[in-house]
Parts: sequence; structure tokens; C-alpha cells
Amino acid sequence: MITQWLFTHVDRRGAFAIALLVAIAFFVPVLNLLVPETSALHVPTYLVSLLGKYLTYALLAVALDLVWGFCGILSLGHGAFFALGGYAMGMYLMRQIGPRGVYANPVLPDFMVFLNWKELPWFWYGFDNFWFAALMVVLVPGILAFGFGWLAFRSRVTGVYLSIITQALTYALLLAFFRNDMGFGGNNGLTDFKDILGFNVQAGTTRSALFAATALFLALAVFLASFIIRSKLGKVLVGVRDAESRMRFLGYRVERYKLFVWTISAMLAGIAGALYVPQVGIINPSEFEPANSIEAVIWVAVGGRGTIIGPILGAVLVNFGKTYFTAAFPEIWLFALGALFILVTLFLPKGILGLYGSWQARRATRAALKDDDAQPPLVKQSSRLVPAPEPQAAE
Amino acid sequence: MKAKDTLLYLDGVSVSFDGFRAINNLSLVLQSGEMRAIIGPNGAGKTTMMDIITGKTKPDTGDVYFNGTVDLTGHDEAEIAMLGIGRKFQKPTVFESHTVEDNLMLALAGPRSAFSALFHRQSQAEADHILEILYTIRLFEKRHWLAANLSHGQKQWLEIGMLLAQDPKLLLVDEPVAGMTDAETAETAKLLRDIARTRSVIVVEHDMHFVRELDVKVTCLHEGSVLAEGSLDHVSNDQRVIEVYLGR
Amino acid sequence: MAAKRLVSLTPLATVQGPVGEAASTAIASINSELELWNGIQNIIYGLSLGSVLLLAAIGLAITFGVMGVINMAHGEMVMIGAYTTFVVQQIIRVSAPGLFDYSLLIALPAAFLVSGAIGVVIERGIIRFLYGRPLETLLATWGISLVLQQATRSWFGASNVQVGSPSWMSGSFDVGMLTLTWSRLWIIVFALAVFATLQLVLKKTMLGLRMRAVTQNRRMASSMGIRTPWVDALTFGLGSGIAGIAGVALSQIDNVSPNLGQGYIIDSFMVVVFGGVGNLWGTLVGAMSLGIANKFLEPFAGAVLGKIFVLVLIILFIQKRPRGLFALKGRAIEA
Repeated sequence: MITQWLFTHVDRRGAFAIALLVAIAFFVPVLNLLVPETSALHVPTYLVSLLGKYLTYALLAVALDLVWGFCGILSLGHGAFFALGGYAMGMYLMRQIGPRGVYANPVLPDFMVFLNWKELPWFWYGFDNFWFAALMVVLVPGILAFGFGWLAFRSRVTGVYLSIITQALTYALLLAFFRNDMGFGGNNGLTDFKDILGFNVQAGTTRSALFAATALFLALAVFLASFIIRSKLGKVLVGVRDAESRMRFLGYRVERYKLFVWTISAMLAGIAGALYVPQVGIINPSEFEPANSIEAVIWVAVGGRGTIIGPILGAVLVNFGKTYFTAAFPEIWLFALGALFILVTLFLPKGILGLYGSWQARRATRAALKDDDAQPPLVKQSSRLVPAPEPQAAE
Repeated sequence: MKAKDTLLYLDGVSVSFDGFRAINNLSLVLQSGEMRAIIGPNGAGKTTMMDIITGKTKPDTGDVYFNGTVDLTGHDEAEIAMLGIGRKFQKPTVFESHTVEDNLMLALAGPRSAFSALFHRQSQAEADHILEILYTIRLFEKRHWLAANLSHGQKQWLEIGMLLAQDPKLLLVDEPVAGMTDAETAETAKLLRDIARTRSVIVVEHDMHFVRELDVKVTCLHEGSVLAEGSLDHVSNDQRVIEVYLGR
Repeated sequence: MAAKRLVSLTPLATVQGPVGEAASTAIASINSELELWNGIQNIIYGLSLGSVLLLAAIGLAITFGVMGVINMAHGEMVMIGAYTTFVVQQIIRVSAPGLFDYSLLIALPAAFLVSGAIGVVIERGIIRFLYGRPLETLLATWGISLVLQQATRSWFGASNVQVGSPSWMSGSFDVGMLTLTWSRLWIIVFALAVFATLQLVLKKTMLGLRMRAVTQNRRMASSMGIRTPWVDALTFGLGSGIAGIAGVALSQIDNVSPNLGQGYIIDSFMVVVFGGVGNLWGTLVGAMSLGIANKFLEPFAGAVLGKIFVLVLIILFIQKRPRGLFALKGRAIEA
């Protein structure tokens, strides 16, 4: 019954992705913890963390695709929401250090003691509680996105103008978080974490658990995105992407739809950042670099925007490439990344999945021509097909 | 107020862009249930007039009333659409990556809030209404096609179908037969006359043949204001209309 | 000078009687005089910062404002101009050390040609396939910027290179109570000269006429016999070449490293968007007012916070006037 309910809201690809993610959420930890290190099947802990990091990037990519691929809003500042979620989690992890810091202050994190601060700034209150921090992980990016989007969409800032001001947004935050006075550790950011929910963040079991949590959150995000896209709201979003003014003249308040998906997307990005920080062990202002946000855009473009699993594919592939190149040929990585940007926009505007899709369509055309079927090649089979009555019913 | 008992009432409307007066002291009155054809040379202000009525452009001066009492200058596009004014663009504008059926589904009258859309489930009545429109616009066979794959004329018809689904009191139709064959043009004239039985329609068109087939009152615009108004014969015999528009 | 008088007067102001009063009024007048000079200094520093912004943005005003192309590699064109200056100076040092004072003058045309040529290659090779797809253009040119940065890094190394200043750029001079450096003054003069030249090119030359024709009505221009692809390439080359020229000037006040361009790209876009796209005067006003606003905010907020504040202000401003300060209005065109 659950699977049936799932299938009414998710297409086959999405269901496959969800199943796969749930499976690896289970098997990767098993292969890490239960299979002996000598076995060929053993997954070393560093790899678990690395894969976990890729999956948080994939979650960011899904969030970005929700606004770019389906609604046509190209955000060059999604890294900001990711980083804010990360900082919220980082603040919780800092508070967990307690008296084990270098200065052994039970309340103040080391960098505050170092700056000679006497008491905790008000915005650090509550972050010793995990659930408060978890709430902030979605609320802070969500509220920022809501305020920003409310202003921008209401004034109908669109296209490249919106892209440029999202970039300015993350740039402004980058500058702000670099300042020591902000109270977020300045240049060095937040690091030297010890515990999460009472478990040592360095321990193999914790890392496996974090990996599993990331995979499950990603599966959840795939479901949420599918649910949104397959609803009427999703169709409105695609309509906005293709012909915004038509949508307005049909009576839709385009700005509210944009605001909805924009805020949801920022919250997902925040969750991605929160899962990222304990797995890499640090969050610093460089996460706000505009370059990071644009890199996330290329993950989506490579995998295939406007699809739900394309961004996941793109994020994992590009980052795998990055890990490989930066270790093996560090000189070449930026050339490769730059070339990727150029080649994908020139030759693969729909990404890898788009390539697969057009190959499928071509095959369908050939099959249709062979069968001499009246069905046109690019028919989209709707699952909610109305039974066709006889044509004389007209008038 | 004079606006009373009219469906659409424009009085002394002017708008200028960077010193260029696109609409100059334009006045136009449309009765309920009336169909009106608007003709005029390029740059006469036809599209700008539609922009003003649908809330896309705010006039610098002048009154625009709908249904006698609603001041349209105080509403935006979405609100005006919900008041019951539908618009078809000059260039057919449909949602190309949606199916024909989904295009109509999106246009269908009903709540427009984001949350109702998120949890929307199509009712039988809605499905039936969509079918009905599909037959009217002769796209039943192609209901599962992506709109992008339709021919130019079929897109025009789909857009008219979307207007019908929207169930407006007033339809603004901008050059509906551009790029259509003669047969299609005749069909479209018939369709519009059918529609005009239950609603008011404003048609902007260059094709005189088509305007003649509509057989309605004609308004000729020139340089942003009304040059002549009346039956097609009356207007086409007007000396000034011949000079600026029809030619000799 | 005024500060010295202030120091000598301050103890007298506490004295009772006419001496004290006279001293107090003297202090008040000196203070207001100092405030005035302080304001003037802010304006001059603001103008010089604005000139830097103008130089960085003006090429962008052509590619983005006139052609509608989002060139994220614009900053790298500036960077290439700065590196060209470096290479020119190296050659002069080796072969004709006597010419060093003229090295910048020699570097100007060289930088224009190098950056401009690279711009033409980029336009012909990549951007022309992306016309009408601004978001894709943005991504592709970002890719180009990564490649250019890494190429420079591989060639010249990742660290800063030393670009020298000719004698007429160094030193300073006094105006009233201010001390101004010659480099600051030259930057202002130079930025305005570039702006004026560009206006002349656009308004008075055949290329400018054709450029305007193509941007206003491409099909008409094409049927009048204008080779629009060439005009596109040359326009883009012109914008890039101007960026290269800006690089020559910026090499005098900033570190020349492969990352040079990155520091200017966001500011440049802000200037163009703030001033109004497609309007060079808007770019001038935008750059100068942002420069001055920055300098007036700095004393209260510090340099970084002042900059953040300006960014936030621009973001809010774009909400109010999405088309910038000097936007062109027009009939709403359907899209």
C-alpha cells in the first residue's frame, strides 16, 4: 500500500532513486562496520565520509534544480543557504565541545575566549540544544530566502538580474562572515568538533550513521521534489518557467508560487549544509564563495536540469572527478571544470539525462514509424488519463 | 457615472514611454455581450491598449472601469484575470512543455493559491469540461501531445481554448488568425462568433477579410486614439481611415 | 597644520574671559574647517574608488549593456590587461630601460589588443552560439574565466607579479589641508578619458553607428548590408579591450595575481545594473556614486561593513527599480 501511494506521486526513475538511496543508506554502513577490513567488500571509513559529502552536494543540487530546472530561477547564491545551514549545525557542535576546548571555558567557544569576549552573544543561545539547532538549520535559510524572495519576486526581478543579485547576496554574506566581530569564528570558522548527540564525530559508527542519515534525507528530498513537480503546483512552476506572463494572465500570482518553491529550496539547501558540516569537520566563510554556488549550478547542468535524479547524478560525478583530478593532476582540475561549463552549455544543454531522453525519443520515433502507428512520437503518457468518450459527444 | 451599465469603459486614457505617446486620450466603451473589432496601423496603440486593460501597463491619466464599477488601474494582471478578463497574445503563447490537456487544466477556472495547487486533485466535472473544450477547439486527438509539437494554427486554437477554460466575461484577442490558412481563418471567425454569444470579445486584427466575416462594430485606432467607429462599411469609407490605414 | 593650531588653542579655551572665548570660537571654526576638508577628502577618495569601479565596469557596460551578453570572464580580461603590463615592463627592463617611464603608455595599446583579441576569439568560438540564452552564456563565460585563471597561474605562477610604477605616478602633492597621491589623481583622469573616448567611438565612428544599429534592430541592420556577426565580434572585442586597458591602470593600485579579476566582477555587475543597463552615463554615475557612498560609510562602519551595506542597498534598490537608475522605458514586449 505504501509503495502504491509512493508510485502515485513519484515516477519510475524517482522511485528507483529512492529505493537505491534507502539501500545504500543500509548497505554502506554495513560494509563499513560489519565487513572485516581485510575483505575486498569492506568500505573504509574515509570513503564513507567522502560519499556522504557527495550526497550532501547532491541534496544541494536537488534543491537548486527545483528552482532552476523547474521554475527557471537561476540562483547563483544557493551556497549561502547551504552555508547558513552548515553554520547552524556548526554552532551546535561548537557548544557540544564544552570545557574540552583549548581554553576549557565551559560556555564560550575557543575563538570567543581568544577574542576576549566575556559572555555568549545572544544569537548563540539555544544552540546547545540539538533540536533548536535543527530547527534553525531550516529556519535561518528559509527566512532569509523568504525575505529576499518576497522583495525580488514582487518587484519582478527575473533572469540574469536575479542571478546577479543572488550572487551579490552570497558575496555580502562572505564578507560578513569573514569579520571576527560577527561572532562566527571569522576567517577560521567553526571546527574541532567533538560530539554530535553524545557520539564522537570522529568515530566510524557515527560517520556511518551520518552517511545513512544523509542518504535518507536525500531520498526524502527526491520524494518531496517529485511530489511538488507532479502536483498541479509543479505544473504551474513549469508554466512560469516557459511563459511567465501567460501564467499571470491566467490569474496565477506568479510571485507566490516562486516564493514557495524558492523558500522550500533554500530549506533543503540548509539541511544539506547541516549534514555536510559534521562529515567534513569544519565550516568556514569560504563556503559562501560565489564560485561554490556556481559550481553547484554546473552539477545540475551536467546531470540534467528539469529532472529529479539528474542533479544527483551530476553532483556525484562532478565531485568524483574533482576528488580524482585535484589529487592526481591539481593543475588540470580548473581547466577541466572550466571546459565542463563550456561544453555542457554548448553541447549538452539538457545534461546527461537529456541525452538519454533524446536517444529514447529517437528510438520511439523509429519504432512508431515502423509500426505505422498513428500515435505521435513525443506523446507524454499521463497516468491520470480520462477515459476517451466517443467523438460525437461534442456540442 | 457614465461607466455604469457598461462592461468596459475607457475614458481619456493616455500613456507615454520616454516622451512617445503610445495612447493619447483614448476613449472606448464596450457593452455587455458585445463583440468589437479593433483595426489600425502598426503603432496605433492596439497592444498597449490591451496592456492597459489587463493591468500590464498603468495609464498616466484616464479612467478604466470594468463591469461599471471596478477600477482596473488599481489591480495587477492576476487580479484582473480573476475578475474575468482573458487575453490572447499576438504570438501564440502556450506552455510548450506541457501536454494540450495540462495546458487547459492550468487555465481552468478555480482557486489559484499555491497550497490548493499543491494538493489539487482533478474532479470529474473538471475533466469533463476539459474534454468539452478539447472538442470545441478540435484538439481532442492531440490531447496528450506536448504543446510544443502543435502547428502554429493549432497553438492559436489551444490558446483560445485556454481562454474558454478560464471562463472570462471579456476576451481580448490579439490577431487570432495571423499565420492561418483561409479555411482556418473562416473556422476561427465562426468559433469567435460562437463565443461572443455568451461573452464579450475584443478582437484586434489586420485581416480585413476576417473582420468582415466577424460582422461587428469596428473601431479604428490611429496614433493612440480613436479615428473612426461604426460598421465596417462606415469605417472603411471614412476618408481619414483610408488615408492612414487602408490606402487607396 | 590646522591640527597643530588646534593643539595649541585647546588649553586656552578653558581660560576664563575674552581670551578663552576667542580661543573657543577659533577652535569651533577650525573644527568646522577640518570637517569640510574631511568631506572633500571623502569625495576625492570616493571619486578615485569610483574611477576604479568605472574602469572595471565600463567594458562590461558594453558587453552586457549594449549586447546583453553576461560575460563572467570580464574580470579575467582586466587581469590579462594587468599581466600584459607586466610583460611589457619585463621587455622594457631587458631591452630599453630608458623607456621605463613610458611603459604604461606602451602597455595601453598592447593590453587593448591582447584582451580585445582574446575577446573576439571567445565571441566567435563560444558566445555566438548562445545568443538569446543569457543564463547559458553566464555559465559558459564562467567556465572561460576558470580556464583563463588557471592558464595564467600555470604560465606566470600563482603568486603576485611585480608591476612597477613610473616616476610620474609616484609621490604626492598637497591641496589645502589634503595630501593626494599622483596615482590617485591619474586614475581619475584616466578613467574619465577612457569614458570620453568610448562615448566618442560609440557616437561618432562608423563602428559605433553600426553597433547601435545592430543592437536596436538586428534584422534591419543586416538587410542594410551590415555584417552583423562582425559587429558582434568587434563589439565584444571592444568591451574586452577596454577591460584590458582597465587592467593597465589597476596594475598600479592592486596586486597583480591570477585572482585579480575575481575581485572586480561582482562590483562591476553591481555598477552596471545600478546605473541602468544599456546606458553609459548611467554606468558613470553609478560607479561614482557607489564609490563615494563607500567612502562616506567607511568611517562609521569600517571598510568591510561599509561594502556589505552598499551591496545590501543595491540589492534593495534593484527591487525598487529593476532596470536601474537610468532605465529605458518601452512598450511592454511579450516574452
